Amino acid sequence: MTQYNFAYLDEATKRMLRRAILKAVAIPGYQVPFSSREMPMPYGWGTGGVQVTAACLVPEDTLKVIDQGADDTTNAVSIRKFFARVAGIATTEATARASVIQTRHRIPETPLAAGQILVFQVPIPEPLRFLEPRETETRTMHALEDYGLMQVRLYEDIARHGEIARAYAYPVRVEGRYVMDPSPIPKFDNPKLHMSPALQLFGAGRECRIYALPPFTRVESLDFDDYPFTPSKAAGQACAICGAADSYLDEVITDDAGGRMFVCSDTEYCSSRAASQQGDAA
Amino acid sequence: MYVAVKGGERAIENAHGWLAEARRGDATVPDLAVDQIREQLALAVDRVMAEGSLYDPDLAALALKQARGDVVEAVFLIRAFRTTLPRFGASAPLDTGAAQIIRRISATYKDAPGGQVLGPTFDYTHRLLDFGLAESATPAPAPEAPSSLGAVPHILSHLGEEGLIQPEREGGAEVPDLTRAPLEFPASRPLRLQALARGDEGFLLSLAYSTQRGYGRNHAFIGELRIGHVRVSAYLPELGFEIDFAEILLTECETVNQFQGSKSEPAQFTRGYGLVFGQSERKAISMALVDRALRTRELGEDTGSAPAQDEEFVLSHCDNIQSSGFLEHIKLPHYVDFQAELELIRKLRRRAMPEAAQ
Repeated sequence: MTQYNFAYLDEATKRMLRRAILKAVAIPGYQVPFSSREMPMPYGWGTGGVQVTAACLVPEDTLKVIDQGADDTTNAVSIRKFFARVAGIATTEATARASVIQTRHRIPETPLAAGQILVFQVPIPEPLRFLEPRETETRTMHALEDYGLMQVRLYEDIARHGEIARAYAYPVRVEGRYVMDPSPIPKFDNPKLHMSPALQLFGAGRECRIYALPPFTRVESLDFDDYPFTPSKAAGQACAICGAADSYLDEVITDDAGGRMFVCSDTEYCSSRAASQQGDAA
Repeated sequence: MYVAVKGGERAIENAHGWLAEARRGDATVPDLAVDQIREQLALAVDRVMAEGSLYDPDLAALALKQARGDVVEAVFLIRAFRTTLPRFGASAPLDTGAAQIIRRISATYKDAPGGQVLGPTFDYTHRLLDFGLAESATPAPAPEAPSSLGAVPHILSHLGEEGLIQPEREGGAEVPDLTRAPLEFPASRPLRLQALARGDEGFLLSLAYSTQRGYGRNHAFIGELRIGHVRVSAYLPELGFEIDFAEILLTECETVNQFQGSKSEPAQFTRGYGLVFGQSERKAISMALVDRALRTRELGEDTGSAPAQDEEFVLSHCDNIQSSGFLEHIKLPHYVDFQAELELIRKLRRRAMPEAAQ
């Protein structure tokens, strides 16, 4: 791949991206516009995350890519192969061994450490988008810290359903200032955003926005005093493979009779637990 | 025992293999050459160049071949290639008035200096299938006349002499570039036109049609539609003068629209403008109508609630690479989100129907 620069993007583009990332780190939760490039994969398939990852990678990095928590889902495989090809960097499935992790829809179960970078792929970066479709309006709302509409929406959920009916992409408030979309992670993962020692970067390619949570940032899920936020997952279940009761579980239909089982969505967490159990048994 | 589905990598490789085979089709049928596509599917090539924002007929033909004739996929290939090219600078403004015309018509004047030239158009063909084309055939040469056309002035310039049409403002020295800065609203007219020029033909066609049917109606006359070869030149500081470096085929459309006037401006005609790579007149006309619709606010017209007049709506949704990418991403796995929804729905139903849960 000598025709392409290291990590695909030219250095001028990477510089533009790094400036946007630095600005995003300086203003946690604020959506920084950047001039997103066309990438060799479609918009909506992780181009924002891919551009942020490309801007962060150095040759010594070890990259992990997950989609839905799994290393072996097709799009994760595709993006990991892309970087192995255009950057020649080492890749891994082990969360603890990765220096950069690109993710779609999950935060790994293994706690992240200082020095690691977690890059989220973001479809719609604007948490207020479904309340107000106009960018000109939502930017003003953020500038004025005008989040009443969001609180009303959450209140209406409680009035109608008895609880906040948001299961994923659950909005958060960053350092008491910006309301932020954490990308479509299940709300089970929201507490992991809070005070994480890792740098968390969010890239939305089609929407031309980058935002960030620097290490040890206060991240609170929106709620009410009498209706506190609860991270939820499949009730009363443990992983059928590794037995974990503390991980996020996928429900898998196993037969035509409606039989189902629950397994860890984080495949690396699950397989390493299963392997160590086998080791213990031996 | 359940085993998590593995082997995404091999599945992808095998799918690519199958795709390559399907792209080639029946191997006993001769392979399609890129120059055949360039020459005989020229309008598809033009569309790929226009929406791909890259004037290169050979690459566009190659992209069409690789994309199995899927135009949006071919546009995507061109865009992804274009993004890797260095940007040297901007050309000098094109002089479309000096174009070597292959087609030029006006619906507002029966005749004008330079005349009406139909050129290679489908307009008055009867849409009857030509079964003769099923066999390989070379058409009889079309009659030719010596070209009498030198530089052909724009027809609307005659309205300008009388002050009947609003003059266009000179652009600034610095040309904004949609591909190098994120689009922010409100956008300038040059940026809007850039976005429309690479926008999806079908989307712009429907929007333009909606203005004709009354959603932001502003009746448009085709003042002039011209297709011709235009020289592209650039000023090189090292040389100290402009040099021509390319000749490209362009379709340009100027519409004449009414404007009732406002407190500060007398009644006059206004213009919608469309400019597209290649021979793409459906796109150029659509672009001109949508451009004019988007000028509603600048002209102080009190309408402005129709979709085609809404800058943020139009510009945020006209790019088919953005829209098709996002539309098709819902094919990707979403089972984590779906699982979260599943739990939520079960919980809400348990709350609403406690007896059913037992």
